[in-house]
Amino acid sequence: MKFTYFHLMPYRFLPEGFKQRYHSVWVDIPNRIYDPKVGHRLYHEYLDQLEYAADLGFDAIGVNEHHQNGYGLMPSPNLMAASLARRTRQATLVVLGNSIALYNPPVRVAEEFAMLDVLSGGRLVAGMPLGTSMDANFCYGAVPSTLREKYREAHDLIVRAWTSPEVFAFNGKYTKLRYVNIWPRPIQQPRPPIWIPGGGSVETWDFAAEHDYQYSFLSYFGYRAAQKVCDGYWEVMAKKGRQLNPYSLGFALGVVVTDTDADAERYYAEHVEYFYNRCLHIAPGFADAPGYRTLKSIQASLLPQPDRKSMAIFPEGLKWRDFIERGFLVAGSAATVRQQLREVIKGLRCGHLIVLQQIGSMPPELVRRSTELFARDVMPQLRDLWSEFEDRWWPRALPETERAMPAPVAMARAGADKVAP
Amino acid sequence: MKTVYKVADDRFSVETYVTGSGEPLLFLHGAGGLIGFEPFLDLLGERYTVYAPHLPGYGESTGGEFIEDVFDAALFYHQLMDELGIPSAHIVGHSMGAMLAAETAALDTRRARKLVLASAAGFWLDRHPIADLFATPFNELAALIFHDPKSALAQALTAVPDDQGAILALYLERMKRLGMASRFLWPIPERGLGKRAYRIAAPTLLIWGESDRLIPPAYAEEFLSRIRNCRLEIIREAGHMVMYERPQAFVKAVCDFLAA
Repeated sequence: MKFTYFHLMPYRFLPEGFKQRYHSVWVDIPNRIYDPKVGHRLYHEYLDQLEYAADLGFDAIGVNEHHQNGYGLMPSPNLMAASLARRTRQATLVVLGNSIALYNPPVRVAEEFAMLDVLSGGRLVAGMPLGTSMDANFCYGAVPSTLREKYREAHDLIVRAWTSPEVFAFNGKYTKLRYVNIWPRPIQQPRPPIWIPGGGSVETWDFAAEHDYQYSFLSYFGYRAAQKVCDGYWEVMAKKGRQLNPYSLGFALGVVVTDTDADAERYYAEHVEYFYNRCLHIAPGFADAPGYRTLKSIQASLLPQPDRKSMAIFPEGLKWRDFIERGFLVAGSAATVRQQLREVIKGLRCGHLIVLQQIGSMPPELVRRSTELFARDVMPQLRDLWSEFEDRWWPRALPETERAMPAPVAMARAGADKVAP
Repeated sequence: MKTVYKVADDRFSVETYVTGSGEPLLFLHGAGGLIGFEPFLDLLGERYTVYAPHLPGYGESTGGEFIEDVFDAALFYHQLMDELGIPSAHIVGHSMGAMLAAETAALDTRRARKLVLASAAGFWLDRHPIADLFATPFNELAALIFHDPKSALAQALTAVPDDQGAILALYLERMKRLGMASRFLWPIPERGLGKRAYRIAAPTLLIWGESDRLIPPAYAEEFLSRIRNCRLEIIREAGHMVMYERPQAFVKAVCDFLAA
């Protein structure tokens, strides 16, 4: 069993009454709410958290891409991964991922991922999402009904750019290039492992299965709602004759670990409520651009449907007990969390748990405590799960002896401080 | 009468509402598509043979995968007209359909005998940004496209059914239709018509609902300044759905223009 410590990098200071006062947390959220000086502190706070998680022994640390979004401050996750590559040594870097159809030309992704792979000594997991409708269609203007085709073409181009030993011409419908020839190329051969994050579209399972990629189910509806999705995924894998290897499935979940069960609600409830009631205030009109999902995926109706009257995806005013009862997150003492996670992991048959421990407005001291408890009293006790399977979706990093070591920063050396004006 | 035409062998199958008799008139629907309640088509049918095809991807029409931009759409309409035996016709378009009608007329100047563009898409003015139809939830649509969103008509045409199955069916059809429309209208409903409009040779009538809140009547100026033989008629107490809200006034404007 492997654990990725995942971060969304939310803005922790959306104002009181955000939901009533603003149209949406995503796409048209006014950027005057964002204070760059606060943002400066937040980036460092969050990078510290990821680096600390790497120190504590999480197998991986993870970042992702969102645009014009009040709870996801990483339009470019690659910048964050680059920073993390310098200050961590062992942890896998899960970039989950780059919305490959939105890069023009998509070889940009092949190049940047290759840079990260080389910089980190082969520790990269290359995530390739289609991108949410909010990001891809509304923020970046991609035509919804052709996005999936564009995505597949971008994927083919990137993988070929990584693996082709020769310069080649690429005559795609969306990208035409006479000379594809990326420098640098990745350390991992033939390429970094590819994970496909998804929100439950049935075509994405087909795509992952066709290419033997890992599929990571990302949702904020928690583990109960995930059962149908994961069952559907395994059904497709079985139909396609794939081995039902749990490492081919990742699942993202909010986890809070505290000294006692009662502490979870007492200290963490307001921050989780902030997440569901402010961060997830997504205008219904932005949630599902026409043509973004195929009719087949809509018909499958795997996810909870918007409320008919309000069109809201998350009901109004959810409280702590709703999150717990509905299984949106797992919270409590280490013993409680261990027992519940074991059931969740076995029930969904997932080999990669993508753990979200900084949730909503959680301040650093609470995140630190919960992270430490997870790393000490939960993670080691769950490691035995799925030991009979091989994880074929994990980086093959350079051996320690072949890795470059970032030199310590020596301000005084060469009189650097005297040169400054 | 509903008729299904095969076009370009089996490439397209086109559900078409055909009514009336007289000179041929082709009606091109807007982004929402035909809804099976179009009294204005029957009124036009008293003077003309009306063909109202569902664009592939709409209704029962198939072949949407072959239409990815306005050029594909215009060429599809050329092909359809040839196979209907009406190589030229009066062409009347609404909203997105007006944009495609203008392209159809510009790409082959012999297709349109006369052209009617109602609540027409096709241009973008920074000082009059067009509301985002795609981000408008169905239950907020009436306020955007009807003069009087509280009217029985507006309420009936944007009613959400009670039954879950019917809701899903409505949602699916709407996603299918607007998904197709997004190929011409996403994210900004402008695809360079301004470069080609000079080619439009047919006498052209613009019709605008006075209170069109989706594409404001200010857009008429763009068409008037770019199409040679073009005039504007404003219809009062009508919004974007002008021919649904004021069928008699709409049909009279069209028929007077076509007969002149």
